[in-house]
Amino acid sequence: MIAGGDILDLLREVKDPEVPALDVVELGIVRAVTRSGASVRVDITPTYSGCPALKTIQDDIIATLASHGYSEVEVTTVYFPAWTTDWLSAEAKEKLRAYGIAPPHTVVAEPLVMLERARKAVQCPFCGSSSTEEKSEFGSTACKAIHFCNGCHQPFDSFKSL
Amino acid sequence: MAEVAAVSMDAVAEFCLRLGDDRLILGHRLSEWCGHGPILEEDIALANVALDLLGQANRALELAAEAEARGRSADDLAFFRETVQFRNIQLVELPRGDFAFTIARQFFFDAFSVHLMDALQQSTHAGVAELAAKAVKEERYHIRHSAEWMVKLGDGTEESRARLQSAVNELWRFTGEMFQGDRWDEEAGAAGIAPEAAGPAALKSKWDEVVNDVFARATLTRPADEFFVRGGRGGLHTEHLGHLLAEMQIVARSHPGAKW
Repeated sequence: MIAGGDILDLLREVKDPEVPALDVVELGIVRAVTRSGASVRVDITPTYSGCPALKTIQDDIIATLASHGYSEVEVTTVYFPAWTTDWLSAEAKEKLRAYGIAPPHTVVAEPLVMLERARKAVQCPFCGSSSTEEKSEFGSTACKAIHFCNGCHQPFDSFKSL
Repeated sequence: MAEVAAVSMDAVAEFCLRLGDDRLILGHRLSEWCGHGPILEEDIALANVALDLLGQANRALELAAEAEARGRSADDLAFFRETVQFRNIQLVELPRGDFAFTIARQFFFDAFSVHLMDALQQSTHAGVAELAAKAVKEERYHIRHSAEWMVKLGDGTEESRARLQSAVNELWRFTGEMFQGDRWDEEAGAAGIAPEAAGPAALKSKWDEVVNDVFARATLTRPADEFFVRGGRGGLHTEHLGHLLAEMQIVARSHPGAKW
């Protein structure tokens, strides 16, 4: 848990622009909040190296805090430790499922180069079936993969475990 | 940064430029597939990989800019350098070719990059180690993606196999540049910016292992080692890089300092 008091609560108003079911605190990308006098510094970390939403998130953080009277806000990017989906709480994962995105599994250690992998079936967020297939490890955003449910015959996104 | 105080910042800058330029140029080449992929899933996949590489490049060029301390930003390095100032290997600048060519080139690079990033997590340079810790997570699924296609195409139809084998044969002479090593590699090695496992010899043997494994599964023939091109790390490039840069840099150069 990140210490940040009331500022952290305000940051819960900032949603992930690509997955608006989650706010930036739940997503685990807010790494530190530091106050010194009237100024505030928020450290955030990218989900993926090339996450195109990062700039929007920075702007949204500044705008949201400004609307609550904090005008001196600096948002800095930190890279370590690298973001992992294990930082999503059980509650956040449930929100993803309710939004129609299968939540990530807990990350398991794998060999560096693993050309084929047998993984736990991803449960369909719509009907709950475990009879699903991964169609592609790449989806509409860097953090999602495309699946198909054999139960309800619908394609769905899953949040990749990273 | 205390650990690298004894190392010339030139070595750090050079090392980070190479990391950044390989990924910037390959990322740009991959982005050319956006809207042109053979199937929708692949269009999305290649754009995703391109995005990861551009993100990694951005961070590496920020580190290079910081180390050279000449007041240039990562964007300045990407958009305002000339062909001869780029430090990427020639492999990544070649035109994208057909899908088999793009996949073969990507596979050769991924098999190198996944091991490089894994080893660089132990770099004595904090910025490089942090970049690598993030990048290696992405390289793991990059190699799985390109290797899977190597097997699908190689062990596929007569047409797909012929195209892939021809791409492999054409690209082979460009693969040596990943492992040639020069005085900058030696300096980076001595300073621990690149630990031994990230050195050319160690990377080559790990790369061979992945390549041989995948070639066997894909029923491909490994070309003989005859002639290998060199020069990209020193700024010697094919004519293709200039054309790529013209397209990549035109907006930034037409509107210097523009923001959106």
